[in-house]
Amino acid sequence: MSAAPSSTETQVVFSDVSRFYGEVLGINRVSLTIPPGVTSLVGPNGSGKTTLMNLLTGLIRPTQGDIRVLGIPPDQPEKLCRVVGYCAQFDAFPKGLTGYQFVYSYLLLHGYSAAEAAERAKTALLRVNMFGAAGRPVAAYSKGMRQRVKLAQSIAHDPQVLVLDEPLNGLDPMARAETIALFREWGEKGRHVIVSSHILHEVDRISDQVIFLSHGYVVAEGEIQGVRNEVKEQPMQILVRCDRPELLAASLFQQRAAVEAKISADGRGLLLRTRDADAFYLMLNRVVVEQGLELESVAPADDDVNSVYQYLIGAEGATV
Amino acid sequence: MNSLWMRQIAAVFRMEWRKTLFSKRGWWIYCLALGPVFLTGMHWLVTARFPGRGHHSLGEDSVVFAAMFQFFYLRGAIFFGCMGLFSNLFRAEMMEKTLHYYYLTPLRREMLVAGKYLAGLAAALLLFVGSTVLSFLFIGRHAGAAYTDYILRGPGLTQLEWYAATATLACIGYGAIFLLTGLFFRNPMIAAAIVFVWEGINPFLPSVLQKVSVIFYLRNLAPVEVPVPPPLNVMVVSADPSPAWLAIGGLLAVSALLLVYTALSARTAEISYGE
Repeated sequence: MSAAPSSTETQVVFSDVSRFYGEVLGINRVSLTIPPGVTSLVGPNGSGKTTLMNLLTGLIRPTQGDIRVLGIPPDQPEKLCRVVGYCAQFDAFPKGLTGYQFVYSYLLLHGYSAAEAAERAKTALLRVNMFGAAGRPVAAYSKGMRQRVKLAQSIAHDPQVLVLDEPLNGLDPMARAETIALFREWGEKGRHVIVSSHILHEVDRISDQVIFLSHGYVVAEGEIQGVRNEVKEQPMQILVRCDRPELLAASLFQQRAAVEAKISADGRGLLLRTRDADAFYLMLNRVVVEQGLELESVAPADDDVNSVYQYLIGAEGATV
Repeated sequence: MNSLWMRQIAAVFRMEWRKTLFSKRGWWIYCLALGPVFLTGMHWLVTARFPGRGHHSLGEDSVVFAAMFQFFYLRGAIFFGCMGLFSNLFRAEMMEKTLHYYYLTPLRREMLVAGKYLAGLAAALLLFVGSTVLSFLFIGRHAGAAYTDYILRGPGLTQLEWYAATATLACIGYGAIFLLTGLFFRNPMIAAAIVFVWEGINPFLPSVLQKVSVIFYLRNLAPVEVPVPPPLNVMVVSADPSPAWLAIGGLLAVSALLLVYTALSARTAEISYGE
Protein backbone atom coordinates (compact mmCIF):
# COMPACT_ATOMS: atom_id res chain seq x y z
CA MET A 1 0.00 0.00 0.00
CA SER A 2 1.48 3.37 -0.96
CA ALA A 3 1.43 6.31 1.43
CA ALA A 4 -0.68 9.34 0.56
CA PRO A 5 1.42 12.19 -0.79
CA SER A 6 2.24 14.91 1.72
CA SER A 7 0.97 18.42 1.05
CA THR A 8 4.39 19.59 -0.16
CA GLU A 9 4.25 16.88 -2.82
CA THR A 10 1.06 18.32 -4.26
CA GLN A 11 1.88 22.02 -3.93
CA VAL A 12 4.35 24.59 -5.14
CA VAL A 13 6.13 26.01 -2.13
CA PHE A 14 8.39 29.07 -1.89
CA SER A 15 10.06 29.44 1.51
CA ASP A 16 11.60 32.85 2.20
CA VAL A 17 12.90 33.12 -1.36
CA SER A 18 14.85 36.14 -2.53
CA ARG A 19 16.50 36.77 -5.83
CA PHE A 20 18.78 39.68 -6.63
CA TYR A 21 20.32 40.57 -9.99
CA GLY A 22 23.50 42.14 -8.71
CA GLU A 23 22.12 44.97 -6.61
CA VAL A 24 18.77 44.97 -8.34
CA LEU A 25 15.91 43.28 -6.51
CA GLY A 26 14.01 40.58 -8.36
CA ILE A 27 11.85 39.27 -5.54
CA ASN A 28 12.39 39.59 -1.81
CA ARG A 29 11.56 37.16 0.99
CA VAL A 30 8.69 35.51 -0.79
CA SER A 31 6.92 32.72 1.06
CA LEU A 32 4.06 31.15 -0.85
CA THR A 33 2.14 27.94 -1.03
CA ILE A 34 0.35 27.48 -4.31
CA PRO A 35 -2.33 24.79 -4.31
CA PRO A 36 -3.63 23.05 -7.46
CA GLY A 37 -5.97 25.05 -9.68
CA VAL A 38 -5.50 28.20 -11.73
CA THR A 39 -3.31 30.77 -9.98
CA SER A 40 -2.70 34.17 -11.52
CA LEU A 41 0.31 36.34 -10.85
CA VAL A 42 -0.70 39.97 -11.09
CA GLY A 43 1.49 43.03 -10.86
CA PRO A 44 2.99 45.83 -12.92
CA ASN A 45 6.10 45.42 -15.08
CA GLY A 46 9.14 44.77 -12.92
CA SER A 47 7.09 43.50 -10.00
CA GLY A 48 8.79 40.09 -10.06
CA LYS A 49 6.29 37.88 -11.91
CA THR A 50 8.74 36.52 -14.47
CA THR A 51 11.44 36.15 -11.83
CA LEU A 52 9.03 34.04 -9.78
CA MET A 53 8.26 31.86 -12.81
CA ASN A 54 11.90 31.49 -13.82
CA LEU A 55 12.77 30.47 -10.26
CA LEU A 56 9.94 27.94 -10.21
CA THR A 57 11.11 26.34 -13.45
CA GLY A 58 14.81 26.30 -12.53
CA LEU A 59 15.94 28.75 -15.21
CA ILE A 60 17.43 30.89 -12.47
CA ARG A 61 18.45 30.11 -8.88
CA PRO A 62 17.33 31.87 -5.73
CA THR A 63 19.88 34.05 -3.94
CA GLN A 64 18.40 32.66 -0.75
CA GLY A 65 15.50 30.49 0.32
CA ASP A 66 14.11 27.20 -0.83
CA ILE A 67 11.67 26.18 -3.56
CA ARG A 68 9.86 22.88 -3.97
CA VAL A 69 7.63 22.04 -6.91
CA LEU A 70 5.55 19.00 -5.97
CA GLY A 71 8.42 18.18 -3.61
CA ILE A 72 11.12 18.54 -6.29
CA PRO A 73 13.86 21.19 -6.02
CA PRO A 74 14.22 23.16 -9.28
CA ASP A 75 17.94 22.42 -9.54
CA GLN A 76 17.10 18.89 -10.66
CA PRO A 77 15.83 19.47 -14.22
CA GLU A 78 15.84 15.76 -14.98
CA LYS A 79 13.02 15.35 -12.43
CA LEU A 80 11.44 18.79 -12.43
CA CYS A 81 10.89 19.12 -16.17
CA ARG A 82 8.92 15.87 -16.27
CA VAL A 83 6.20 17.53 -14.17
CA VAL A 84 6.58 21.15 -15.26
CA GLY A 85 5.80 22.82 -18.58
CA TYR A 86 6.76 26.45 -19.09
CA CYS A 87 5.52 28.72 -21.83
CA ALA A 88 8.02 31.55 -21.42
CA GLN A 89 7.57 35.11 -22.63
CA PHE A 90 10.51 34.94 -25.08
CA ASP A 91 9.16 35.07 -28.61
CA ALA A 92 12.12 33.19 -30.08
CA PHE A 93 12.41 29.79 -31.74
CA PRO A 94 15.23 27.61 -33.02
CA LYS A 95 15.86 28.46 -36.65
CA GLY A 96 14.60 26.43 -39.57
CA LEU A 97 12.00 24.32 -37.76
CA THR A 98 8.35 23.85 -38.62
CA GLY A 99 5.79 24.01 -35.84
CA TYR A 100 5.60 20.23 -35.76
CA GLN A 101 9.37 19.76 -35.72
CA PHE A 102 9.63 22.29 -32.90
CA VAL A 103 7.25 20.37 -30.65
CA TYR A 104 8.47 16.93 -31.75
CA SER A 105 12.21 17.63 -31.37
CA TYR A 106 11.97 18.70 -27.75
CA LEU A 107 9.73 15.72 -26.94
CA LEU A 108 12.56 13.44 -28.05
CA LEU A 109 14.70 15.03 -25.34
CA HIS A 110 12.22 13.70 -22.79
CA GLY A 111 13.29 10.25 -23.90
CA TYR A 112 10.08 9.35 -25.74
CA SER A 113 10.36 7.02 -28.68
CA ALA A 114 9.91 8.58 -32.12
CA ALA A 115 6.40 7.14 -32.41
CA GLU A 116 5.29 8.38 -29.00
CA ALA A 117 6.85 11.80 -29.56
CA ALA A 118 5.01 12.05 -32.89
CA GLU A 119 1.71 11.12 -31.26
CA ARG A 120 2.16 13.58 -28.40
CA ALA A 121 3.20 16.37 -30.77
CA LYS A 122 0.10 15.79 -32.85
CA THR A 123 -2.18 15.73 -29.80
CA ALA A 124 -0.69 18.94 -28.39
CA LEU A 125 -0.92 20.76 -31.72
CA LEU A 126 -4.52 19.67 -32.14
CA ARG A 127 -5.24 20.88 -28.60
CA VAL A 128 -4.17 24.42 -29.48
CA ASN A 129 -5.74 24.27 -32.92
CA MET A 130 -2.42 24.43 -34.74
CA PHE A 131 -2.20 21.03 -36.39
CA GLY A 132 -3.28 22.42 -39.74
CA ALA A 133 -0.38 24.87 -39.82
CA ALA A 134 2.14 22.55 -38.16
CA GLY A 135 3.96 21.82 -41.42
CA ARG A 136 4.81 25.47 -42.00
CA PRO A 137 8.04 27.05 -40.70
CA VAL A 138 7.62 28.79 -37.36
CA ALA A 139 9.32 31.83 -38.91
CA ALA A 140 6.24 32.27 -41.15
CA TYR A 141 3.78 32.23 -38.23
CA SER A 142 1.88 35.24 -36.91
CA LYS A 143 2.43 36.31 -33.31
CA GLY A 144 -0.71 34.48 -32.18
CA MET A 145 0.35 31.26 -33.96
CA ARG A 146 3.79 31.42 -32.39
CA GLN A 147 2.16 31.86 -29.01
CA ARG A 148 -0.04 28.82 -29.60
CA VAL A 149 2.78 26.60 -30.83
CA LYS A 150 4.79 27.57 -27.73
CA LEU A 151 1.79 26.57 -25.66
CA ALA A 152 1.63 23.23 -27.50
CA GLN A 153 5.31 22.65 -26.76
CA SER A 154 4.78 23.35 -23.06
CA ILE A 155 1.80 20.98 -22.69
CA ALA A 156 2.99 18.19 -24.99
CA HIS A 157 4.51 16.10 -22.18
CA ASP A 158 1.32 16.43 -20.11
CA PRO A 159 2.83 18.29 -17.13
CA GLN A 160 1.28 18.49 -13.67
CA VAL A 161 2.41 22.10 -13.33
CA LEU A 162 1.88 24.44 -16.26
CA VAL A 163 3.56 27.84 -15.99
CA LEU A 164 2.57 30.52 -18.51
CA ASP A 165 4.08 33.96 -18.83
CA GLU A 166 1.63 36.31 -20.53
CA PRO A 167 0.08 33.44 -22.53
CA LEU A 168 -2.78 35.51 -23.96
CA ASN A 169 -0.52 38.06 -25.65
CA GLY A 170 -1.11 38.27 -29.36
CA LEU A 171 -4.06 35.88 -29.39
CA ASP A 172 -7.25 36.81 -31.22
CA PRO A 173 -10.52 36.65 -29.22
CA MET A 174 -11.37 33.13 -30.43
CA ALA A 175 -7.92 31.73 -29.60
CA ARG A 176 -8.02 33.59 -26.29
CA ALA A 177 -11.31 31.94 -25.35
CA GLU A 178 -9.99 28.50 -26.35
CA THR A 179 -6.80 29.03 -24.37
CA ILE A 180 -8.71 30.15 -21.29
CA ALA A 181 -10.92 27.07 -21.61
CA LEU A 182 -7.78 24.95 -21.69
CA PHE A 183 -6.47 26.56 -18.49
CA ARG A 184 -9.79 26.02 -16.75
CA GLU A 185 -9.91 22.40 -17.86
CA TRP A 186 -6.40 21.76 -16.56
CA GLY A 187 -7.13 23.54 -13.30
CA GLU A 188 -10.31 21.52 -12.80
CA LYS A 189 -8.32 18.31 -13.28
CA GLY A 190 -6.39 19.22 -10.14
CA ARG A 191 -3.27 20.39 -11.92
CA HIS A 192 -1.41 23.61 -11.26
CA VAL A 193 -1.83 26.32 -13.86
CA ILE A 194 0.23 29.37 -12.93
CA VAL A 195 -0.43 32.32 -15.23
CA SER A 196 0.86 35.85 -15.39
CA SER A 197 -1.28 38.30 -17.26
CA HIS A 198 -1.90 41.99 -17.61
CA ILE A 199 -5.43 41.40 -18.83
CA LEU A 200 -7.15 41.67 -15.49
CA HIS A 201 -10.74 40.99 -16.46
CA GLU A 202 -9.59 37.69 -17.99
CA VAL A 203 -7.52 36.90 -14.92
CA ASP A 204 -10.73 37.39 -13.00
CA ARG A 205 -12.54 34.84 -15.14
CA ILE A 206 -9.96 32.09 -14.98
CA SER A 207 -8.33 32.30 -11.55
CA ASP A 208 -9.03 30.20 -8.50
CA GLN A 209 -6.50 32.27 -6.61
CA VAL A 210 -4.48 35.38 -7.27
CA ILE A 211 -1.04 36.50 -6.14
CA PHE A 212 -0.48 40.26 -6.22
CA LEU A 213 3.13 41.37 -6.63
CA SER A 214 4.66 44.79 -6.40
CA HIS A 215 8.33 45.80 -6.40
CA GLY A 216 9.42 42.21 -5.75
CA TYR A 217 7.13 41.66 -2.78
CA VAL A 218 3.97 39.58 -2.50
CA VAL A 219 1.35 42.16 -1.54
CA ALA A 220 -1.52 39.71 -1.15
CA GLU A 221 -2.47 36.17 -2.10
CA GLY A 222 -5.49 33.91 -1.99
CA GLU A 223 -8.99 33.76 -3.42
CA ILE A 224 -9.98 37.16 -4.72
CA GLN A 225 -12.94 37.70 -2.36
CA GLY A 226 -10.74 36.79 0.58
CA VAL A 227 -8.07 39.22 -0.54
CA ARG A 228 -10.68 41.95 -1.00
CA ASN A 229 -11.97 41.44 2.53
CA GLU A 230 -8.45 41.93 3.85
CA VAL A 231 -8.20 45.40 2.31
CA LYS A 232 -9.76 47.14 5.30
CA GLU A 233 -8.68 50.68 4.49
CA GLN A 234 -10.79 50.73 1.31
CA PRO A 235 -14.56 50.67 2.07
CA MET A 236 -16.32 47.80 0.29
CA GLN A 237 -18.64 48.76 -2.54
CA ILE A 238 -21.99 47.01 -2.63
CA LEU A 239 -24.65 47.45 -5.28
CA VAL A 240 -28.22 47.06 -4.08
CA ARG A 241 -31.21 47.22 -6.38
CA CYS A 242 -34.60 47.88 -4.77
CA ASP A 243 -37.83 49.88 -5.24
CA ARG A 244 -36.97 52.80 -2.88
CA PRO A 245 -33.19 53.27 -2.84
CA GLU A 246 -33.33 56.78 -1.27
CA LEU A 247 -35.17 55.39 1.77
CA LEU A 248 -32.71 52.52 2.09
CA ALA A 249 -29.76 54.95 1.87
CA ALA A 250 -31.23 57.22 4.55
CA SER A 251 -31.86 54.28 6.91
CA LEU A 252 -28.37 52.89 6.46
CA PHE A 253 -26.76 56.30 7.03
CA GLN A 254 -28.85 56.71 10.16
CA GLN A 255 -27.53 53.39 11.45
CA ARG A 256 -23.94 54.35 10.39
CA ALA A 257 -23.76 51.22 8.26
CA ALA A 258 -22.63 53.11 5.13
CA VAL A 259 -20.13 55.88 4.51
CA GLU A 260 -21.13 56.83 0.97
CA ALA A 261 -24.09 56.22 -1.33
CA LYS A 262 -24.85 56.89 -4.96
CA ILE A 263 -28.20 56.34 -6.67
CA SER A 264 -28.08 55.14 -10.23
CA ALA A 265 -29.67 56.97 -13.14
CA ASP A 266 -32.58 54.53 -13.43
CA GLY A 267 -33.58 55.30 -9.83
CA ARG A 268 -33.53 51.68 -8.64
CA GLY A 269 -29.83 51.04 -8.04
CA LEU A 270 -27.89 52.12 -4.98
CA LEU A 271 -24.09 51.91 -4.82
CA LEU A 272 -23.01 51.92 -1.20
CA ARG A 273 -19.59 52.04 0.45
CA THR A 274 -19.17 50.45 3.85
CA ARG A 275 -16.25 49.81 6.17
CA ASP A 276 -17.76 46.66 7.73
CA ALA A 277 -19.42 44.37 5.20
CA ASP A 278 -20.66 41.82 7.76
CA ALA A 279 -22.37 44.48 9.89
CA PHE A 280 -23.74 46.07 6.71
CA TYR A 281 -25.47 42.90 5.56
CA LEU A 282 -27.09 42.39 9.00
CA MET A 283 -28.30 45.96 9.00
CA LEU A 284 -29.54 45.68 5.42
CA ASN A 285 -31.72 42.69 6.31
CA ARG A 286 -33.22 44.60 9.21
CA VAL A 287 -33.93 47.75 7.19
CA VAL A 288 -35.50 45.79 4.34
CA VAL A 289 -37.87 44.02 6.73
CA GLU A 290 -38.67 47.12 8.80
CA GLN A 291 -39.28 49.39 5.80
CA GLY A 292 -40.96 46.73 3.69
CA LEU A 293 -38.59 47.28 0.76
CA GLU A 294 -38.78 45.20 -2.37
CA LEU A 295 -35.23 43.96 -2.92
CA GLU A 296 -34.11 42.91 -6.42
CA SER A 297 -30.43 42.11 -5.92
CA VAL A 298 -27.42 42.63 -3.67
CA ALA A 299 -23.90 42.15 -5.03
CA PRO A 300 -20.37 43.24 -4.16
CA ALA A 301 -19.18 45.75 -6.72
CA ASP A 302 -15.43 45.79 -6.16
CA ASP A 303 -14.27 42.25 -5.35
CA ASP A 304 -12.85 41.71 -8.82
CA VAL A 305 -9.15 41.51 -9.61
CA ASN A 306 -9.09 44.95 -11.24
CA SER A 307 -10.50 46.72 -8.17
CA VAL A 308 -8.29 44.86 -5.74
CA TYR A 309 -5.31 45.57 -7.98
CA GLN A 310 -6.11 49.28 -7.91
CA TYR A 311 -6.49 49.26 -4.13
CA LEU A 312 -3.31 47.29 -3.48
CA ILE A 313 -0.96 48.44 -6.18
CA GLY A 314 -2.57 51.58 -7.52
CA ALA A 315 -2.05 53.21 -10.85
CA GLU A 316 1.70 52.49 -11.12
CA GLY A 317 1.08 49.55 -13.38
CA ALA A 318 -1.78 50.95 -15.35
CA THR A 319 -3.41 47.90 -16.81
CA VAL A 320 -5.94 46.83 -19.33
CA MET B 1 18.49 4.24 -17.64
CA ASN B 2 21.56 4.20 -19.85
CA SER B 3 19.39 3.96 -22.89
CA LEU B 4 17.48 7.06 -21.77
CA TRP B 5 20.53 9.29 -21.60
CA MET B 6 21.90 7.85 -24.81
CA ARG B 7 18.59 8.64 -26.51
CA GLN B 8 18.74 12.14 -25.09
CA ILE B 9 22.32 12.71 -26.27
CA ALA B 10 21.36 11.38 -29.69
CA ALA B 11 18.38 13.77 -29.82
CA VAL B 12 20.58 16.76 -28.92
CA PHE B 13 23.16 15.61 -31.46
CA ARG B 14 20.59 15.42 -34.25
CA MET B 15 19.29 18.92 -33.56
CA GLU B 16 22.72 20.49 -33.12
CA TRP B 17 24.49 18.71 -35.95
CA ARG B 18 22.12 20.14 -38.52
CA LYS B 19 22.27 23.63 -37.05
CA THR B 20 26.06 23.58 -36.70
CA LEU B 21 26.90 22.27 -40.13
CA PHE B 22 24.34 24.21 -42.14
CA SER B 23 24.47 27.55 -40.38
CA LYS B 24 24.41 30.56 -42.71
CA ARG B 25 26.50 32.39 -40.15
CA GLY B 26 29.23 29.78 -40.60
CA TRP B 27 30.01 30.53 -44.25
CA TRP B 28 33.51 31.68 -43.36
CA ILE B 29 34.22 28.32 -41.71
CA TYR B 30 33.46 26.60 -45.01
CA CYS B 31 35.89 29.02 -46.68
CA LEU B 32 38.59 28.14 -44.14
CA ALA B 33 38.04 24.43 -44.71
CA LEU B 34 37.66 24.53 -48.47
CA GLY B 35 40.38 27.14 -49.18
CA PRO B 36 43.32 24.70 -49.08
CA VAL B 37 41.32 22.12 -51.04
CA PHE B 38 40.72 24.72 -53.71
CA LEU B 39 44.39 25.79 -53.76
CA THR B 40 45.80 22.28 -53.88
CA GLY B 41 43.20 21.32 -56.47
CA MET B 42 44.24 24.29 -58.61
CA HIS B 43 47.88 23.34 -58.08
CA TRP B 44 47.13 19.87 -59.42
CA LEU B 45 45.17 21.10 -62.41
CA VAL B 46 47.60 23.88 -63.38
CA THR B 47 50.71 21.71 -62.99
CA ALA B 48 49.09 18.88 -64.91
CA ARG B 49 48.07 21.27 -67.72
CA PHE B 50 51.49 22.93 -67.95
CA PRO B 51 53.87 20.09 -67.03
CA GLY B 52 57.09 21.88 -67.97
CA ARG B 53 56.55 24.98 -65.87
CA GLY B 54 57.44 25.29 -62.21
CA HIS B 55 58.48 21.68 -61.97
CA HIS B 56 59.05 20.46 -58.44
CA SER B 57 59.49 17.18 -56.63
CA LEU B 58 57.11 15.26 -54.39
CA GLY B 59 59.55 15.90 -51.55
CA GLU B 60 59.04 19.63 -51.98
CA ASP B 61 55.26 19.11 -52.07
CA SER B 62 55.55 17.13 -48.88
CA VAL B 63 57.34 20.01 -47.10
CA VAL B 64 54.89 22.57 -48.50
CA PHE B 65 51.98 20.49 -47.21
CA ALA B 66 53.69 20.12 -43.80
CA ALA B 67 54.06 23.92 -43.61
CA MET B 68 50.49 24.45 -44.73
CA PHE B 69 49.29 21.95 -42.13
CA GLN B 70 51.23 23.53 -39.26
CA PHE B 71 50.76 27.17 -40.08
CA PHE B 72 47.42 27.27 -41.84
CA TYR B 73 45.43 24.30 -40.57
CA LEU B 74 46.58 23.99 -36.97
CA ARG B 75 47.18 27.67 -36.16
CA GLY B 76 44.52 29.14 -38.42
CA ALA B 77 41.74 27.12 -39.97
CA ILE B 78 41.14 24.53 -37.26
CA PHE B 79 41.72 27.05 -34.46
CA PHE B 80 39.30 29.65 -35.81
CA GLY B 81 36.97 27.07 -37.31
CA CYS B 82 36.57 25.37 -33.93
CA MET B 83 36.10 28.77 -32.34
CA GLY B 84 33.25 29.48 -34.75
CA LEU B 85 31.65 26.07 -34.40
CA PHE B 86 32.00 25.36 -30.69
CA SER B 87 31.64 28.86 -29.21
CA ASN B 88 28.29 29.18 -30.91
CA LEU B 89 26.89 25.96 -29.51
CA PHE B 90 25.82 27.78 -26.35
CA ARG B 91 26.48 31.43 -27.21
CA ALA B 92 24.32 31.55 -30.34
CA GLU B 93 21.38 30.07 -28.47
CA MET B 94 21.78 32.64 -25.72
CA MET B 95 21.86 35.41 -28.33
CA GLU B 96 18.77 34.00 -30.04
CA LYS B 97 17.05 33.37 -26.69
CA THR B 98 16.33 29.74 -27.43
CA LEU B 99 18.55 27.95 -24.90
CA HIS B 100 15.72 27.80 -22.38
CA TYR B 101 13.92 25.21 -24.52
CA TYR B 102 16.76 22.79 -23.74
CA TYR B 103 16.87 23.83 -20.11
CA LEU B 104 13.15 23.09 -19.76
CA THR B 105 13.47 19.45 -20.76
CA PRO B 106 14.24 16.64 -18.29
CA LEU B 107 17.77 16.46 -19.62
CA ARG B 108 20.78 16.45 -17.37
CA ARG B 109 22.89 19.43 -18.37
CA GLU B 110 25.89 17.10 -18.67
CA MET B 111 24.04 15.27 -21.43
CA LEU B 112 23.31 18.56 -23.15
CA VAL B 113 27.01 19.46 -23.09
CA ALA B 114 27.92 16.00 -24.40
CA GLY B 115 25.36 16.14 -27.22
CA LYS B 116 26.39 19.64 -28.28
CA TYR B 117 30.10 18.81 -28.13
CA LEU B 118 29.67 15.65 -30.21
CA ALA B 119 27.63 17.57 -32.80
CA GLY B 120 30.28 20.29 -33.00
CA LEU B 121 33.01 17.68 -33.19
CA ALA B 122 31.28 15.78 -35.99
CA ALA B 123 30.96 18.99 -38.01
CA ALA B 124 34.58 20.00 -37.30
CA LEU B 125 35.92 16.56 -38.23
CA LEU B 126 33.93 16.46 -41.43
CA LEU B 127 35.15 19.91 -42.45
CA PHE B 128 38.76 19.95 -41.29
CA VAL B 129 39.85 16.31 -41.35
CA GLY B 130 38.06 16.03 -44.69
CA SER B 131 39.84 19.14 -45.93
CA THR B 132 43.23 17.89 -44.69
CA VAL B 133 42.81 14.53 -46.42
CA LEU B 134 41.60 16.06 -49.70
CA SER B 135 44.40 18.65 -49.74
CA PHE B 136 46.99 15.95 -49.09
CA LEU B 137 45.60 13.84 -51.91
CA PHE B 138 45.51 16.79 -54.31
CA ILE B 139 48.89 18.36 -53.60
CA GLY B 140 50.99 15.67 -55.30
CA ARG B 141 48.34 14.48 -57.71
CA HIS B 142 50.11 16.20 -60.61
CA ALA B 143 52.83 13.53 -60.34
CA GLY B 144 50.32 10.88 -61.41
CA ALA B 145 51.37 7.27 -60.80
CA ALA B 146 54.42 8.37 -58.79
CA TYR B 147 52.12 9.97 -56.20
CA THR B 148 49.92 6.87 -56.08
CA ASP B 149 53.07 4.85 -55.40
CA TYR B 150 54.13 7.43 -52.77
CA ILE B 151 50.85 6.97 -50.98
CA LEU B 152 50.32 3.23 -51.36
CA ARG B 153 53.87 1.90 -51.23
CA GLY B 154 55.84 4.77 -49.75
CA PRO B 155 55.44 6.88 -46.59
CA GLY B 156 52.41 8.75 -47.96
CA LEU B 157 49.68 6.70 -46.30
CA THR B 158 51.34 6.82 -42.88
CA GLN B 159 51.79 10.57 -43.23
CA LEU B 160 48.17 10.96 -44.24
CA GLU B 161 47.05 8.95 -41.20
CA TRP B 162 49.13 11.13 -38.88
CA TYR B 163 47.88 14.32 -40.43
CA ALA B 164 44.29 13.11 -40.08
CA ALA B 165 44.91 12.01 -36.50
CA THR B 166 46.56 15.33 -35.63
CA ALA B 167 43.70 17.30 -37.19
CA THR B 168 41.26 15.13 -35.22
CA LEU B 169 43.09 15.82 -31.97
CA ALA B 170 43.19 19.53 -32.80
CA CYS B 171 39.41 19.53 -33.25
CA ILE B 172 38.97 17.62 -29.98
CA GLY B 173 41.27 19.96 -28.03
CA TYR B 174 40.24 23.32 -29.47
CA GLY B 175 36.62 22.16 -29.48
CA ALA B 176 36.73 21.56 -25.73
CA ILE B 177 38.36 24.96 -25.13
CA PHE B 178 35.87 26.90 -27.22
CA LEU B 179 32.83 25.07 -25.91
CA LEU B 180 33.89 26.25 -22.46
CA THR B 181 34.57 29.83 -23.54
CA GLY B 182 31.21 29.92 -25.36
CA LEU B 183 29.46 29.11 -22.11
CA PHE B 184 31.39 31.62 -20.02
CA PHE B 185 32.11 34.64 -22.18
CA ARG B 186 29.55 36.97 -23.68
CA ASN B 187 32.14 37.71 -26.35
CA PRO B 188 34.20 34.56 -26.99
CA MET B 189 36.50 36.53 -29.33
CA ILE B 190 38.37 37.94 -26.33
CA ALA B 191 39.07 34.49 -24.94
CA ALA B 192 39.95 33.26 -28.44
CA ALA B 193 42.41 36.13 -28.92
CA ILE B 194 44.17 35.28 -25.66
CA VAL B 195 44.41 31.57 -26.60
CA PHE B 196 45.53 32.51 -30.11
CA VAL B 197 48.36 34.74 -28.89
CA TRP B 198 49.45 32.09 -26.40
CA GLU B 199 49.49 29.39 -29.05
CA GLY B 200 51.18 31.74 -31.54
CA ILE B 201 54.13 32.69 -29.35
CA ASN B 202 54.56 29.09 -28.22
CA PRO B 203 57.81 28.36 -30.12
CA PHE B 204 59.46 31.39 -28.54
CA LEU B 205 58.55 30.50 -24.96
CA PRO B 206 60.76 28.61 -22.52
CA SER B 207 60.41 24.87 -23.00
CA VAL B 208 58.42 24.41 -19.76
CA LEU B 209 55.79 26.95 -20.88
CA GLN B 210 55.67 25.50 -24.39
CA LYS B 211 54.20 22.35 -22.90
CA VAL B 212 51.23 24.30 -21.52
CA SER B 213 49.56 24.56 -24.91
CA VAL B 214 47.74 22.48 -27.45
CA ILE B 215 49.92 23.42 -30.41
CA PHE B 216 53.09 22.04 -28.82
CA TYR B 217 51.73 18.50 -28.79
CA LEU B 218 50.03 18.81 -32.16
CA ARG B 219 53.25 20.08 -33.76
CA ASN B 220 55.13 17.10 -32.40
CA LEU B 221 52.58 14.72 -33.88
CA ALA B 222 52.91 16.13 -37.40
CA PRO B 223 54.81 13.56 -39.50
CA VAL B 224 56.99 16.01 -41.45
CA GLU B 225 59.11 18.64 -39.73
CA VAL B 226 59.05 22.15 -41.12
CA PRO B 227 62.40 23.98 -41.09
CA VAL B 228 62.15 27.40 -39.44
CA PRO B 229 63.52 30.07 -41.77
CA PRO B 230 66.05 32.69 -40.59
CA PRO B 231 65.95 35.02 -38.71
CA LEU B 232 63.16 33.32 -36.70
CA ASN B 233 65.23 30.18 -36.26
CA VAL B 234 67.55 31.90 -33.79
CA MET B 235 64.61 32.99 -31.63
CA VAL B 236 62.91 29.61 -31.46
CA VAL B 237 63.49 27.64 -28.28
CA SER B 238 63.65 23.96 -29.07
CA ALA B 239 61.90 21.92 -26.41
CA ASP B 240 62.20 18.15 -26.12
CA PRO B 241 59.35 16.67 -28.12
CA SER B 242 56.88 14.56 -26.16
CA PRO B 243 56.44 10.96 -27.24
CA ALA B 244 53.33 10.39 -29.35
CA TRP B 245 51.51 8.37 -26.68
CA LEU B 246 52.03 11.14 -24.14
CA ALA B 247 50.98 13.88 -26.55
CA ILE B 248 47.81 12.01 -27.55
CA GLY B 249 46.98 10.90 -24.01
CA GLY B 250 47.69 14.36 -22.61
CA LEU B 251 45.53 16.13 -25.18
CA LEU B 252 42.65 13.73 -24.64
CA ALA B 253 42.94 14.05 -20.88
CA VAL B 254 43.01 17.85 -20.95
CA SER B 255 40.04 17.89 -23.32
CA ALA B 256 38.14 15.54 -21.02
CA LEU B 257 38.89 17.77 -18.03
CA LEU B 258 37.69 20.84 -19.87
CA LEU B 259 34.49 19.05 -20.86
CA VAL B 260 33.84 17.90 -17.30
CA TYR B 261 34.32 21.48 -16.11
CA THR B 262 31.97 22.76 -18.82
CA ALA B 263 29.36 20.18 -17.84
CA LEU B 264 29.58 21.13 -14.16
CA SER B 265 29.32 24.81 -15.06
CA ALA B 266 26.31 24.17 -17.30
CA ARG B 267 24.59 22.48 -14.37
CA THR B 268 24.54 25.72 -12.42
CA ALA B 269 24.23 28.07 -15.41
CA GLU B 270 21.19 30.34 -15.51
CA ILE B 271 19.13 31.69 -18.34
CA SER B 272 19.28 35.47 -18.21
CA TYR B 273 19.78 36.43 -21.86
CA GLY B 274 21.47 39.54 -20.53
CA GLU B 275 18.23 41.11 -19.33
